[in-house]
Amino acid sequence: MRGTISIKAMLAGALLAWAGGAQAASLTVGFSQIGSESGWRAAETTVTKDEAKKRGITVKIADAQQKQENQIKAIRSFVAQGVDGILLAPVVATGWDAVLKEARDAKIPVILLDRDIDPAGKDLYLTAVTSDSVEEGRVAGTWLTKTVGDKPCNVVELQGTVGASVATNRKKGFDAAIAPHANIKLVRSQTGDFTRAKGKEVMESFIKAEGGRAICAVYAHNDDMMVGAIQAMKEAGLKPGKEILTVSIDAVPDIFKAMAAGEANATVELTPDMAGPAFDALKAYKEKGTVPPKWIQTESKLYTAADDPMKVYNSKKNLGY
Amino acid sequence: MRVLRSGAPQLLAFAAVLLADRLASPQFLAVHLQDGRLFGSLVDVFNRGAPVALLSLGMVLVVATGGIDLSVGAVMAIAGAVAASLADSYPLPVVLAAALGTGLACGLWNGLLVASLRIQPIVATLILMVAGRGIAQLITEGRIVTFTSPDLAFLGGGALLGVPMPVVLVLVMLLLTLALVRGSALGLMIEATGGNARASALAGIDTRSVTVAVYAWSGLCAALAGVVAAADILGADANNAGLWLELDAILAVVVAGSSLLGGRFSLWLAVLGAFIIQAMNTGILLSGLPPELNLVVKAAVVLAVLLLQSPRLSGLTLLLRKP
Amino acid sequence: MSDSVLLTVRGLSKSFAGHQALAGVDFTLRRGEIHALLGENGAGKSTFIKTLTGVVRRDAGEVWLDGEPIAPRSAEAAARAGIATVYQEVGLLPNLTVAQNLFLGREPTRFGLVRNREMRRRAVALLADFGLSIDVGAPLGRYPVAVQHLVAIARAVDLSARALILDEPTASLDTHEVTVLFGVMRRLAERGIGIVFVTHFLEQVYAITDRITVLRNGRLVTERETARFPRIELVHTMLGHDLAETEARVEQADRPARAGSGTPVLQAEGLGKAGYLQPIDLTVGSGEVVGLAGLLGSGRTETARLLFGAERADRGRIRLDGKPVQIGGPRDALRHRFGYCPEERKTEGIVADLTVRENIVLALQARRGPFRPLGRVAQDKIARDFIAMLDIRPPDPERPIGLLSGGNQQKALLARWLATEPRLLILDEPTRGIDVGAHAEIIRLIRRLCDEGLALLVISSELEEIVTYSDRVIVMRDRAQVAELAGSAVDLTAILRAIAAEAAPAPVPEPA
Repeated sequence: MRGTISIKAMLAGALLAWAGGAQAASLTVGFSQIGSESGWRAAETTVTKDEAKKRGITVKIADAQQKQENQIKAIRSFVAQGVDGILLAPVVATGWDAVLKEARDAKIPVILLDRDIDPAGKDLYLTAVTSDSVEEGRVAGTWLTKTVGDKPCNVVELQGTVGASVATNRKKGFDAAIAPHANIKLVRSQTGDFTRAKGKEVMESFIKAEGGRAICAVYAHNDDMMVGAIQAMKEAGLKPGKEILTVSIDAVPDIFKAMAAGEANATVELTPDMAGPAFDALKAYKEKGTVPPKWIQTESKLYTAADDPMKVYNSKKNLGY
Repeated sequence: MRVLRSGAPQLLAFAAVLLADRLASPQFLAVHLQDGRLFGSLVDVFNRGAPVALLSLGMVLVVATGGIDLSVGAVMAIAGAVAASLADSYPLPVVLAAALGTGLACGLWNGLLVASLRIQPIVATLILMVAGRGIAQLITEGRIVTFTSPDLAFLGGGALLGVPMPVVLVLVMLLLTLALVRGSALGLMIEATGGNARASALAGIDTRSVTVAVYAWSGLCAALAGVVAAADILGADANNAGLWLELDAILAVVVAGSSLLGGRFSLWLAVLGAFIIQAMNTGILLSGLPPELNLVVKAAVVLAVLLLQSPRLSGLTLLLRKP
Repeated sequence: MSDSVLLTVRGLSKSFAGHQALAGVDFTLRRGEIHALLGENGAGKSTFIKTLTGVVRRDAGEVWLDGEPIAPRSAEAAARAGIATVYQEVGLLPNLTVAQNLFLGREPTRFGLVRNREMRRRAVALLADFGLSIDVGAPLGRYPVAVQHLVAIARAVDLSARALILDEPTASLDTHEVTVLFGVMRRLAERGIGIVFVTHFLEQVYAITDRITVLRNGRLVTERETARFPRIELVHTMLGHDLAETEARVEQADRPARAGSGTPVLQAEGLGKAGYLQPIDLTVGSGEVVGLAGLLGSGRTETARLLFGAERADRGRIRLDGKPVQIGGPRDALRHRFGYCPEERKTEGIVADLTVRENIVLALQARRGPFRPLGRVAQDKIARDFIAMLDIRPPDPERPIGLLSGGNQQKALLARWLATEPRLLILDEPTRGIDVGAHAEIIRLIRRLCDEGLALLVISSELEEIVTYSDRVIVMRDRAQVAELAGSAVDLTAILRAIAAEAAPAPVPEPA
């Protein structure tokens, strides 16, 4: 169902873009992207292009290759070109004051994508479009509490990289959601560094330490680790998705494949579409002077096997994940 | 017997780490068959340690010549990317040839930079360490390239007589390297080159070819490690495959008692070094300690192993034994 | 000369892994005295010095300096206490400048910054005492070993003024430099400094020392005034037994008359390299020893390196048995059965970590290539045979060669080349830094090899030695060939005359 709707929306968007392109006041936006260090980020870049096309916006993308100085250079160059707006996915949280002041002096609005900067909420940028990673954890936890009901359940957790704020927040949200339910117990928690290989290795050790049958559910801070964990469970003769529940975060295409095969249960989407809301805010600001709130939170949508995973997979597989 | 005696500190360390693992996890030593494959934490130690063990087989030779190869992690990523990209369209021999050939080419590149252009090894291999991951990302276009070929998957998840394939591959490579290096005079030439390159050249050893050869072998070993890593997760993760494993491989070689200044080396101790490191990693995972402590525990154990090897300290233990 | 005691050592002992390297040695050094410490390799001289200065911890014994008991734990601590040591291998940093080396760790500073100009000024003044006038701003490594040595001695003297230990300082110095050094030593002695002088040159012992202490097998054998210690007696004391060659050596035996040399094996015609060596002509026949004489830096080693391909010649050619051959590198030389024992034994000769056996088979194995390995049995046989033939001690083929004494390392290097059954063997300073016994053995060996038909080119600073075994002598000066002496013309005075012709002053070393 959702799939159909989104495809229709895309068609409509394309038509709109065509129509919008004909209008005189098309916007040019510069986008300083961090790089392409993960599939998600590649998808974000793809979606940004698509969303710009839909709205008849010309977007110039600068790949910073993980370096702040490249981003600062890119912003300066955007300012010099006199773009209508700048999207910035900041690689680090600090050190932006000077260059953002330059953009402000040139009256070019800056919108932050998927990460905030420090200090947050200042007038150096128009708004920040980010997801709420605590909320993502909470959605995952809530799904688990509803699915398990009153039955006792031992949960193992595959954390993200130690010290990464996303990992800390996803853990915090999940812990908060399961806290009121005494029947759900977090028995093991280790870092899998957000990677498949480590996810598999850590899950192997969980299975041995706890005994495979004693584990009721796995919570992974991202889908990649879960894909690895699913392999580990299968190799140990367990049936993920049936004997052991799985819930993870990100909604990358491969987890939908697993879901379709009945080997995964749920994922929470970290949408790669940060640019869509950003473009809308920018347009409203430019055309009507509407000042958006300082934080635009993207939706943390839950997907389960009931959502026609194969269809979602097909819609996502070409985004560059 | 002589061989065993020379590796006494390492064997002791391995036994101690395994014992600690056993204390942390009562079922650590339990092994049973699961779908025709040995299953248990002890098996995991060897299975998970296989990529670093493969890397250390090449690294130990490079270190013996007084060099270092920082690019092995990146070469793993490249070879894994090549293998995963081709796995579903070509038969396994072609896939392997392409992946291993790529690794060999990477190693030759390093070797030529070091031997012919006389660039310091740490700098020469740093180039590929940085650029190599980029190359891998270009091949995979920044995503995780998955495959379904059961042939390639067998190298990661399969088993021969119950022994996981990665472990089989380590054994095969160890024997092959032993045959190549100790069965010929290459081992002596490598040790001579690392011990005193000028004297070796004046004695007529082709130190340049020896140097190129060890980097090429390191590239080949790294490529095989990359294939194993990709086969294990049924996909090539260019961003993370082999990330920082060059440091684990160097550590394994150091734990094996090799001097980073070059000279004497032991292949089987380098492999053992890799398994010691993995036994620590597995133990930490089984212990249930908070992940924030992982690196602290690892550092403490490595320090202990290195102290065991220190000539000064072993002199001290001799003193303690006297009375 | 004052008779007051400066340094007293009583019962100094040290053993390594069960081997008693030093057994209750007593030693007395007086103020203003130059005291020779003599003994064969393995007699315990190095251990004595290292134990005395705390580089190695002593097992037993006491040391007093100016009546104060001292027990330094390191060379630095010993230097602070007043005993400075300069080793045969210069322990300085070749990539720092001469001035930086002289003042390392005690640089003149102002406000925490090094005063470079002041440091250089003081360096120049300090080196002037040693007759050295060089650019102190140039990296030390660019100067010849001889200069590096003088710098090391200057640093040690400047550091600590009470007792100075010189461990074979003259091994790499030419006559002029030795004269300079002796002048400095005498001046230091006049200032009241006690000097312990370790050397293998008996001439020098009699030229400069006041007193001699002889060690043998880790024990004190005797201590006597030099003036009352006849040369023959000294040699006997050092060796502990009668060795025909030693007498021959000390008395300068007559050169054996030998039949004219055989067919030419090696002919170099106009061989040279711009800025390195002026073109030379040279022929070595089978069964012939050709000596290369000249001062340090005269082009002797350069000739050897060009012949062996360690350095590429840019002019001239080499013929082997009359046929022109290309020597593009040591591997070509090896293929044509040349051998080369370089002067710098530690840096260019031995591979210290490897065993004696591995060092001996290295060149032979290199010629066979990596894929035709010598079996272990063959290696063991080669090693055992040469250890026996050259009397390498200890006779353990599995001992790392770095643990052997200099003389035995040199023998193992000779074995390395002999194992390749060479046609031409180039020996660069084969007897440098080697004790009397080994010295004689090596000379005897050179004669024997030559009798077996080998063509030998030998470089040596010891002219008497060259005269002893050479059929012909080529004299080098300022990187050019200046004379060739043959047959009865080969004698010491003729060589000296050739070297000193035009009364050329001893070369002032310049950075290379």
